[in-house]
Amino acid sequence: MAQTVTAEAAGVVPPPAPARTPAQPHRRKRVLNWIGVHTLAVTALLFFILPFVFLFLTSVMSDKQALTSHLWPTSWEWGNYTEVMRTPGFGTWWRNTLMYAGLGTLFTVVSSLPVAYALAKFRFRFRGVALMLVISSMMLPPQVIVIPMYIFWAKQMHLSGTLWPLIIPMAFGDAFTIFLLRQFLLTIPSEYLDAARVDGCGELRILISIVLPMIRPAIAAVALFQFFYCWNDYFGPQVYASENPGAWTLSYGLESFKGAHQVNWNLMMAATLLVMAPVILVFFFAQKAFIEGVTLTGVKG
Amino acid sequence: MTTTAPAAAKVPAALRRQRRRRNLRTLAFLSPWLIGFSVFFAYPLGATVYYSFTRYDLINPPVWVGTRNWNYVLNDYPALWQALRNTLWLVVVMVTLRVIFGLGLGMLAIRLKRGSGLFRTLAYLPYLAPPVAATIGFAFLLNPGTGPVNNLLGDAGLPQPGWFTDPDWSKPALTLLALWGIGDLLVIFTASLLDVPREQYEAAELDGVGPWQKFRYVTWPAITPVVLFAVVTGVIQTMQYYTQAMVAGKVASGVIGNSGQPFEPGYPQGTTLTLPQLVYQEGFSTFNTGAACVISLILFAIAMTFTFVLLRRRSGLLDDD
Repeated sequence: MAQTVTAEAAGVVPPPAPARTPAQPHRRKRVLNWIGVHTLAVTALLFFILPFVFLFLTSVMSDKQALTSHLWPTSWEWGNYTEVMRTPGFGTWWRNTLMYAGLGTLFTVVSSLPVAYALAKFRFRFRGVALMLVISSMMLPPQVIVIPMYIFWAKQMHLSGTLWPLIIPMAFGDAFTIFLLRQFLLTIPSEYLDAARVDGCGELRILISIVLPMIRPAIAAVALFQFFYCWNDYFGPQVYASENPGAWTLSYGLESFKGAHQVNWNLMMAATLLVMAPVILVFFFAQKAFIEGVTLTGVKG
Repeated sequence: MTTTAPAAAKVPAALRRQRRRRNLRTLAFLSPWLIGFSVFFAYPLGATVYYSFTRYDLINPPVWVGTRNWNYVLNDYPALWQALRNTLWLVVVMVTLRVIFGLGLGMLAIRLKRGSGLFRTLAYLPYLAPPVAATIGFAFLLNPGTGPVNNLLGDAGLPQPGWFTDPDWSKPALTLLALWGIGDLLVIFTASLLDVPREQYEAAELDGVGPWQKFRYVTWPAITPVVLFAVVTGVIQTMQYYTQAMVAGKVASGVIGNSGQPFEPGYPQGTTLTLPQLVYQEGFSTFNTGAACVISLILFAIAMTFTFVLLRRRSGLLDDD
């Protein structure tokens, strides 16, 4: 709309001042454009940020006020946060979550790297098939195989009520991590590796002392992804740990903040923000690696 | 390795030894995944097929019942069709809106000269919120009684829907939650939009084409592969849709989380039911393991179909660059 108007305006400009007039409508169009773009941007940002603001404001309300429709806290009850942290179980869930996410990430990266390296840099007969199977298992909903897996871990291994059924499989490669690392490894010129091979370097040494330093950003990205995956996992702990509150993670335990008799929205929101906070903190420190990783999943290849 | 048998016979012993060593080395590098794939993928998949033909309550040994579970789930189990209908709704509405919204935000982000980085960071943040936390947060924001959203809608004189508690609004509420967490699509769309060669826009401007034509003939052809990728992965994610629907149902229905109080997923009135939730329900609440395995396999078939589409359309995934 604005464009056609300005085009007409440009057409009817009298000839005497040709040097100045074309700039005039052009500038108006630019200003209108600027206002439009920034209005949209601010509206979008409100949509993204306001929920956090409301959660926070409710988290510092008193029990009574949290049950009203007030938006602004009358008294700032910072004690809600200490109350949440003192809730029995909360500390245990923190430890469990850190163990699940920490060990899970470590196992996944260590076991997936050699697989990704082989898929990217070795030539062998069933490579295409192997890669297709990796991608297929990446797309598989975890619920498809959960019944036999549960029977296996509970009946044969007697590990139900713990997080080990979730952690142990991560020592055997994770499809998504393998796929992502492979995409990164493809970008490393094979000449580097060939040069090392000519010098008599073994593949494992090439991987550790030549490739690893080059793909540090990729390692950071997949480690973050896996850490967040474990941190956020709800289905896994629900299946294997629900029977034992001592093995719950934050994501699973969070629901129980609803309180026994009524909804304590203030405590619930404080707990919710406490579960969100570490993830967001980690993101701010590792933003670049993370964004690079997300980009790679979708754009490359 | 690709040489035929008679040719291999002529190969000198030293070379053959080297080849065998190389094969062993490949095997060693692949071994974590080979074990993982067999033990945590192939075996359980086969076992799921087996259990789908048995009656098994997890206590007594499984009893072969033939196709009884299949008959039951396909003929006398309306929840399956309801879950499939819900999934179709989510695919058509949620995935489509996510792609459109993500694309729009991406185009907005690259138009911002200053503050583009800040805009992208802030828009990305909600995607990082753990799904359980985000869902509980939205259950509060959208709660019909005292929630701030209905509060503001009321002030503006607009209707106040029941959101997660209303069968007509439960899926739109989940869609709103999914749009909030648009960060992943924002990042890949922004990256692919920045990859469109600037000269093409400049050439189009010289030809005097409008913004719509610029989008239609310059932007769109360049980003189609990424849009397709977003759609297909969106569909695959929707097949797995579990946590948000389960948690929203629990919180909105008033079931106190994991207190052992029974919760039938899908609240309200089965409108948020999805296949993965049915698997959990049948497998771990009613202990109808056979039926759970049948549902698992239906889920598997659908997910694999879409994976196949993804692999076919983006065969680049399998290339060597």
